[in-house]
Amino acid sequence: MSTRAQKWLVSGPPLVYLLVFFAIPTLIMLLASFQYPGEYGGLAPLFGTGDPDELSGLTFESYQRFFGDAIYLGLFFKSFLYATATTLFCLLLAYPLALLITRSPKKYRDLLVLLVILPFWSNFLIRIYAWMIILGPQSLFAKGFNGFVGLFGIGPLPLLFSPIAVLIGLVYVHLPFMVLPLYANLEKHDPALLDAAQDLGASSWRRFWRITFPLSLPGVYAGSALVFIPALGIFAIPDILGGTDGILVGNLIKQQFLDSRDWPFGSVLSMILTLLAILFVGLAAWFARRK
Amino acid sequence: MALLEIRNVTRRFGDFTAVDDVSLSIGAAEFFTLLGPSGCGKTTLLRMIAGFDQPDGGQILLDGRDMAGVPPEGRNIHTVFQSYALFPHMTVEQNIAFPLQMAKCPDDQIKPRVREALEDVSLQGKEKRYPNELSGGQKQRVALARALVNRPKLLLLDEPLAALDAKLKERMQLELISLQKEIGVTFVYVTHDQEEALALSHRIAVMNLGRVEQLDQPAQIYSFPKNRFVADFIGECNILECGVATNVDGVATLELDGLGSVQATGANGATPGSRGALALRPEKIAIARDLPPTDCVNRFNGKVHDYLYTGDVTLYIVEVQSGHRLEVMLPNNAVGRSSKFFEPGDAVQVGWRDDAGHYLAD
Repeated sequence: MSTRAQKWLVSGPPLVYLLVFFAIPTLIMLLASFQYPGEYGGLAPLFGTGDPDELSGLTFESYQRFFGDAIYLGLFFKSFLYATATTLFCLLLAYPLALLITRSPKKYRDLLVLLVILPFWSNFLIRIYAWMIILGPQSLFAKGFNGFVGLFGIGPLPLLFSPIAVLIGLVYVHLPFMVLPLYANLEKHDPALLDAAQDLGASSWRRFWRITFPLSLPGVYAGSALVFIPALGIFAIPDILGGTDGILVGNLIKQQFLDSRDWPFGSVLSMILTLLAILFVGLAAWFARRK
Repeated sequence: MALLEIRNVTRRFGDFTAVDDVSLSIGAAEFFTLLGPSGCGKTTLLRMIAGFDQPDGGQILLDGRDMAGVPPEGRNIHTVFQSYALFPHMTVEQNIAFPLQMAKCPDDQIKPRVREALEDVSLQGKEKRYPNELSGGQKQRVALARALVNRPKLLLLDEPLAALDAKLKERMQLELISLQKEIGVTFVYVTHDQEEALALSHRIAVMNLGRVEQLDQPAQIYSFPKNRFVADFIGECNILECGVATNVDGVATLELDGLGSVQATGANGATPGSRGALALRPEKIAIARDLPPTDCVNRFNGKVHDYLYTGDVTLYIVEVQSGHRLEVMLPNNAVGRSSKFFEPGDAVQVGWRDDAGHYLAD
């Protein structure tokens, strides 16, 4: 077998997979975003029957609707803020954790990594519903929290169905996606570099900021992309923990497809979300490749 | 006063004593080498001097100040690591500036000092390169420049040339000697390579099993090894077990096991009736089909068993009458010579002068 044939054999299946399950659906979505909504939901036909009352063909109507009302851009901005905050909190929590795993004795490392991915063993929705109980007004956690803020004359604050609940849920769900790339990066660092830095006069604080952190940046970018992008489009967590005011872009898209049955407008929102995601992946990759 | 004073330093790992009651005193501007096989404790000792490890007993004093409890970043000692440990995300310039920044050197002084350090190791023009764009020898020089840029009192070098090929190694050795002479910083050099130690050092401490076996100048260590370990570890050596028959003012008659009597001068430690060994370097033994009668007092007939041709010299393994084998070195310096003098099986005579060997008392 020629090496060319071997290459196609190896890269063919994933290419076909991406074509069928990513490229073609995205193109269908792109087309749908320019179509009229159907009378009873779904899409109006591309080619009409000639009936003057029937809508058919292509239109910018849904795009005009999107850019015509600030509420939609506002929702994108709100989602962007949530995704950014999620990424930052995940980074703040995951970095020390990944560093701790890297610096622990070799025999415990695999076990600790296993503990990080252990939550994946139970269903995502069940874990989010569990947070409903933890954050609910009768829970020990909520009582303790309100008892604490009560000392400062604040509260009692409802935790569940609040932005805090959504943020807690988002950070909780995405944390492993930040820990794993960070750990994969930190684990490869040559310990001799830290010895050398210390030998040359660097305190532990400066060893971290001058050596460990800059060398871990590719892991930081990879983890941030893995957290930011899904957090931008997620709908289940705001649905369950966010209450009526808690919706994000993901919820709006879901509504358009399942409740309002306005597929073209749902497609417009999806296309813009996809474009934003590609933009952020591109940015992260560009940052990571820079020296 | 000595710059570095090591007093009765001991380091144990469980049951294993890595460094066993070592005392050394290293002077200013000295090129000092810790030489020994792997596991002899030389690297452990180096790590304790750098501050990465703490002795279980004894003291390390730098300039008279006890270093106990002083972390590596607080010692005026820098290390050149075997792997170089250059910071991969920094350019050559940034790597060399690092210790200056750590020492809070004013910004306007950093650039000229980095340039000076690069000149010391002849690496001008490579400022903007990253470590992965440099050859092994260049990385080595950057590591040296980085460790020397803020003029530490002491520079520790942990097998720094081990990763270089033979030709480059030789050139770097010469450069290390002149660099050390030029800047006058004390070097403590760790190696298992005895040729390197002999070539570079003012003094060598030969270590084995955590102890210093001999501490002296290279020529003294080579010519007058103190015991069998040193004789065997440094260079090639025939170690011939013997008993002492007589000794008159250091001129001894030794009974070599299985070979017979030989004369040896300078054998002051040889008490008649005691046992010891005669250490005899291969290049001190003459070999010929017929040795001229005047040359050597000690002579034996033998047969060439095998040889190793290494270009400049040939090492012959000669089986002497009684089945004992001697290593004999012969320089290939005859005019027009292109191959060896003797073939395996050739009958030869070997012999040495009475002052060729060195007596080792048991």
